[in-house]
Amino acid sequence: MATANTATNSAAAHDHHDHEHHDNFITKYIFTTDHKMIGKQFLITGMLWAFIGGLMSVIFRLQLGFPDMNLEWLRPLLGGWITADGALDPEFYLALVTMHGTIMVFFVLTAGLSGTFSNFLIPLQIGARDMASGFMNMLSYWFFFVSSVIMFISLFIESGPASGGWVVYPPLSALEQAMPGSGLGMTLWLIAMTFFIASSLLGGINYITTVINLRTKGMSFSRLPLTIWAFFLTAIIGLLSFPVLFSAALLLVFDRSFGTSFYLSDIYIGGEALPNTGGSPVLYQHLFWFLGHPEVYIVLLPALGITSEIIATNSRKPIFGYKAMVISMLGITILSFVVWAHHMFVSGMNPFLGSIFMFLTLIIAIPSAVKVFNYLTTLWRGNLIFTPGMLFSIGLVSFFISGGLTGIFLGNSAIDIQLHDTYFVVAHFHLVMGSASFFGLMAGVYHWFPKMFGRMMDARLGYVHFWLTFIGVYLVFFPMHYIGIAGFPRRYYSWTTFEFTNMYTDLNMFVSVAAIITFAAQLIFVFNFFYSMYRGRVATLNPWRSNTLEWTTPLHPGHGNWPGEIPTVYRWPYDYSKPGAEEDYIPQTVPLSATPESNLPHEQELVKLEKEIIADEEADLVANEARQV
Amino acid sequence: MSTTATAAGVSPKRGIWGGGNEPLKASYGKLMMWFFLLSDIFTFAAFLVAYAAIRVSYPGYAGPEEAFIGSNEYWPIPELVFDAIPFFHGVHIPLAFVGLMTFILIMSSVTMVLAVEAGHRNDRNDVVKWLLWTLLGGITFLSCQAWEWSHFIHGTEGGSMLTYVNRMGQVVTETVYGANLFVNEYGPVAFAQLFFFITGFHGFHVTIGVFLLFLAFYQAAVGVYERRGHYEMVEKIGLYWHFVDLVWVFVFTFFYLI
Repeated sequence: MATANTATNSAAAHDHHDHEHHDNFITKYIFTTDHKMIGKQFLITGMLWAFIGGLMSVIFRLQLGFPDMNLEWLRPLLGGWITADGALDPEFYLALVTMHGTIMVFFVLTAGLSGTFSNFLIPLQIGARDMASGFMNMLSYWFFFVSSVIMFISLFIESGPASGGWVVYPPLSALEQAMPGSGLGMTLWLIAMTFFIASSLLGGINYITTVINLRTKGMSFSRLPLTIWAFFLTAIIGLLSFPVLFSAALLLVFDRSFGTSFYLSDIYIGGEALPNTGGSPVLYQHLFWFLGHPEVYIVLLPALGITSEIIATNSRKPIFGYKAMVISMLGITILSFVVWAHHMFVSGMNPFLGSIFMFLTLIIAIPSAVKVFNYLTTLWRGNLIFTPGMLFSIGLVSFFISGGLTGIFLGNSAIDIQLHDTYFVVAHFHLVMGSASFFGLMAGVYHWFPKMFGRMMDARLGYVHFWLTFIGVYLVFFPMHYIGIAGFPRRYYSWTTFEFTNMYTDLNMFVSVAAIITFAAQLIFVFNFFYSMYRGRVATLNPWRSNTLEWTTPLHPGHGNWPGEIPTVYRWPYDYSKPGAEEDYIPQTVPLSATPESNLPHEQELVKLEKEIIADEEADLVANEARQV
Repeated sequence: MSTTATAAGVSPKRGIWGGGNEPLKASYGKLMMWFFLLSDIFTFAAFLVAYAAIRVSYPGYAGPEEAFIGSNEYWPIPELVFDAIPFFHGVHIPLAFVGLMTFILIMSSVTMVLAVEAGHRNDRNDVVKWLLWTLLGGITFLSCQAWEWSHFIHGTEGGSMLTYVNRMGQVVTETVYGANLFVNEYGPVAFAQLFFFITGFHGFHVTIGVFLLFLAFYQAAVGVYERRGHYEMVEKIGLYWHFVDLVWVFVFTFFYLI
């Protein structure tokens, strides 16, 4: 450490308030305003939801893989949803796929991923005591909690939860008489989502404001870790797209409950005309996908940010193309708002408009490819350290490539006519968005567990978990491409009963078995997580020898993160294996003037400016002290 | 917590985005309000897009203005729908009342600016005075809207002869008075539904604004802000109030002018 730096720290000690509050149980674990605890609350809730969502997928995979199986043994859990002859109720099948989608997209991969890591990492990595508004941050979690409770309750009502697909297209979702799930279940779905949107809005506003206003001295935007860039841009996407879902949902609420017909027109049910006239269901699709597509990037960007950080750290190399990474994330952010109609190629849209959206969609391949190549070139000839977090990050890159390639197929409006709403689509988005984001989440948990709980997770269990999940995911989703090309539509209770599709029964069975094994493998993680929380090896302060600021905090950082002054930042976060340096990493808190042996020519020129700044700020502190004495 | 991140002790050589300060020269609270408003723009934009989409699916009224009668076949002429004014029963004064409402709301934005300006001077009496005027403006606007709604709901004396599917699923032909969510004397029912929904959503925003204004008025009057040393809360509520006014300009344009 530089002498100048230590001088700054010692001089600063006087105006430090004691940030260790003595909290009771309720203010510490429940109604907490500490961003770290809120992050953990999001994580645990997200894990619970992931378990429920995963279990649902196993149940409907049983139906798809083993349509003749006697499911009588599930009756204690599902009750009347198992029909008298021991099969799964078809209506409940629809509810299962709907809730699986809703839960995984919103509750696990939005709240569980972005909520956890944005909360946990933003203040720690930018050098802030907490979020801009701890209170609003707390509200954000509790809105999410209320939303979760309502959604959870909807699983147990007699008519079943919402079952019109996670996109809840009207008129199916708008008319109570359309299907059982369109009654109370749909109402609860809409209420839960309203709370969810409020939660994500409160959180997002907080993240953005915190990143703009609360960066520590020296933490310019060009020195932000890529994780923070990703969370920042994710929050912006959410801020601009969730309100449109809110609008769409509110209009739907009026159609359902107050007799309006914004989405309804010319409908007959059972030969009887409904009074609704003038609306358009396609309008809903436009509004929904204006959120729905950016939502894909809300889910994915945080995972990509986490991956950037973990891959650079564990390759012991600077991230390749930092600026290109930032620019491609910006590009993805902007493009994500102008491609939504590629979900609607077959909705009767004008083909010319379709080709415009196709063009815009395919442009997204460019920033995505830039990111992939940057990950690969970061890995290239690095001193790779295969921690579980690193393996999951590499897994993410793999899924991002294999799932992204099929995106190029689906983005073509002509090919989409054949592939739309088939298992090809299911395979595509489960790889590129579902599994990739899930792996980002896992990578993040393995990597930041020591900071969250002060202990290490067991690496060997982590490897077992990784390999089972990684292979499992490919075994589940790769065959789905073939099933999809063959013309298997999504969301159908049964499709192997036809002559031309019954040859896929075996493949479906294979997929189901793989899905069950993959799901079971997650229990290893759950065990590892909770066991390590209490019994894990106590972590060192910087177990991955990483550069970012969170590793300069104490092992169990209190509310306020740093005892004493917040550290100042002097360099970017990716000085790994810098030629000439003693160690293979230089934390952001080490001034350039302290490392003349490894400075690049342009950095050597900055040393003078850095010294002036340090002198300036020291003079300020001394003046401050003099005034107080 | 956040108060520790002030610009004190930060060298100017760091540059404005160099960390340790507030690069946009705005406190976190004000930034949050800005970002909330940004997202609210998208909420309203979605509604107005919905309006536009449904509006263009209907033909406009093509005949001569004198011969206009309400029909669910074409979109009405707003000047002929909104032509009433309190105490002048049966007089045709197109858009005068809504013009007055709009004027009142915009004037309340002006008084809001004056309140914020007084806050910068730490002039408690002026802040209280201008907040009170703003509050009055907001309440007047809401009252006008209530009258406007009520007139729209009760309809004209003559009504219109319409053929439509009623709530029982029967096709009926009858004289309809006024508008609600199921039938509309002036034109397609979608017109009434969108009118109630969007102006209602805007009115809801104004109502929240009135509550916030009352809060600020009360706190300013009893000296909470004076003790705090700044009137930033007035500024934040001011941002919201201006936004609500601005949205009204768009809503007004969509419903009354197009």
